[in-house]
Amino acid sequence: MHRLIELVVLAAPVSFAAYGADVVKVGAALSMTGAAAVYGTAQKNGIQAAVDDVNQSGSLKPLRVEAVFDDDGSKKEQGINVFQKFINQTKVSAIIGPTLSTTATAADPIAQQSKVPVLAISNTAPTGITDIGDYIWRDSLTEAQVIPGAIKKAHARLGFKTAGVLYGNDDVFTKAGYDVMKKALESEGVQILETQTFAKPDRDFNAQLTALKSKNPGILVVSALADNAASIVTQARQLGYSGPMLGGNGFNSPAFIKNAGSAAEGVLVGTAWNSSSQDAANQAFLKSMRERGVSPDQFTAQAYSGVLIIAEAIKKAGMKGGREDIKAGFAKVRDLPTPLGKFSFTPARDAQHDPSVQQVKGGKFEILQ
Amino acid sequence: MGQQAINGIFLGRIYALFAVGYTLVFGVLDIINLAHQAIFMLGAFCALVLVGELHLSIAVAFPIAVLFSGALGILLDRIAFRPLRGRAYSNMSGLISSIAVATLFEAIALQFFGPDTSRFPFGTFPERPLRLGGAVVSTLQLCIVAISVVLMVVLTYLLRRTRLGRQIRAVAESPRAARILGIDVDRVIAASFFISSALGGAAGVLFALAFNSLSPDIGRSVELKGLAVIILGGMGSVPGAVIAGFAIGLIEVFTVAKLGSSYRDAVSFAVLFLVLLIRPRGLLGRVALREA
Repeated sequence: MHRLIELVVLAAPVSFAAYGADVVKVGAALSMTGAAAVYGTAQKNGIQAAVDDVNQSGSLKPLRVEAVFDDDGSKKEQGINVFQKFINQTKVSAIIGPTLSTTATAADPIAQQSKVPVLAISNTAPTGITDIGDYIWRDSLTEAQVIPGAIKKAHARLGFKTAGVLYGNDDVFTKAGYDVMKKALESEGVQILETQTFAKPDRDFNAQLTALKSKNPGILVVSALADNAASIVTQARQLGYSGPMLGGNGFNSPAFIKNAGSAAEGVLVGTAWNSSSQDAANQAFLKSMRERGVSPDQFTAQAYSGVLIIAEAIKKAGMKGGREDIKAGFAKVRDLPTPLGKFSFTPARDAQHDPSVQQVKGGKFEILQ
Repeated sequence: MGQQAINGIFLGRIYALFAVGYTLVFGVLDIINLAHQAIFMLGAFCALVLVGELHLSIAVAFPIAVLFSGALGILLDRIAFRPLRGRAYSNMSGLISSIAVATLFEAIALQFFGPDTSRFPFGTFPERPLRLGGAVVSTLQLCIVAISVVLMVVLTYLLRRTRLGRQIRAVAESPRAARILGIDVDRVIAASFFISSALGGAAGVLFALAFNSLSPDIGRSVELKGLAVIILGGMGSVPGAVIAGFAIGLIEVFTVAKLGSSYRDAVSFAVLFLVLLIRPRGLLGRVALREA
């Protein structure tokens, strides 16, 4: 009995704070399990931190933002279910996510139909996301925006003439990454000697890597999710490949370095987030993550920025947090300071800011200046 | 070319080790044990915990994980198969209850280890690449091939030359006749599950070591391959599974290298289909006579 009373007393102030003020609910559909679980966890950290920071700053008074999390399981079907729950039961004002482009192609049309604004924070397939309709927006740079810059910079530094390419052909995101890589390599005048493919559940890449290595390419370019990326890089080194490697957005995770260990050294990765940026917004983000004991990656930064962008949209709509208000507000976001840099949307509702290139050195990503 | 052959042989060894467990239980019980892949996965996680958390050497952790997997096999028999034995359609219901146990084991692993890919700590196995002409073989790969060959030889000896082996073969032939002859059939079946699961667990540890990745759904990637191997080799035939393991491993590797990974399973299963058209009982399967 004692315990019960204590609980009621403890719970009371919290619930007053949450429901006393006007709450803007934002649903976050993230891959907490499945192939993309490493990203989902990073994203959840970023969103929760940003929600706390925005509410603490009081910049939205008298409104408060509340994040509702659910797991899309890295799967289309589950993503659709989560979206339907957010739209019809939780009655959210906006949705953040889902983590994977593949899931987004299936789930976003539902939000579009129900006129609920979606802000994608990690979908990087160049086409098929924001094209779904005028309620779909994103703050993540596409592979088409990040990879050409990375390949150009790597080419200027390393001067390779030939390349071998390996990509996952059963995923919208890794396939899109490959299309961009191919184009970027061609426009740099690099000859592609051999192209190999794999599927997400694969663990053994020896056959593909052996075929690639036998052509002696100047660089190995890989489009894969982090789990596969670590195995690919490790197995490539085990087979005795010693040349440079460049990865797509999937490599952008501390989990990649952790699982690949010393094999990750020197790997080049294009990135939407310059972790060493001295901008005030980035420093504030880093400080907030340090206080939480979280080591942030690009996905955390994009998730954090997503909440800032929604808060800005609410402000631009005249402190109104309805579905239409947020959608109208998105269109008015201009040069918003975020950890990603000064952020605006393109007329096609995609993200617009500068990309960077990073390299693994001593077990950490370092920005290649 | 040489390197690809090595890749194929290496992959084939692991498939064979996995499939021999499948085929052994099938030979004895006429049941496909679909929880075999979950034991494969838990065996690997057991070794990971021993090496990663308790800092044991892999040389110590490997046998413990193998015994642990064997014990899981006995548990599996007790909860999924034994209660159904003797009832009508026990083959079909056993198949279904083994799926249930597989789901249960996977859920347990998910609870303890999470969905992320884990790996053995760096330097678990000292890796020295050896050059063989133009090809590279790691000491780990050599060890894996050696271990699987030793396990196969031990298994063959056990089945052919020991009292337990004779009992297993007798039960495979006719459980009823074996019982009349005074053989404790339940005990022999439990022993087959122990051996089968120990081999499955060993395959799991080697797989996780070889490809540096381990997650609760890892068994699914070998489950269907294992079935293909035992069907190709002839249901219930241990030497058949060994040969078919090599065949499927080599076919896969060369398909990926020459045609692309999308055709990996298509070609393996097309070959399986063709072999079955010509030899419906598989490469080494016999019609009326079963062997364990």
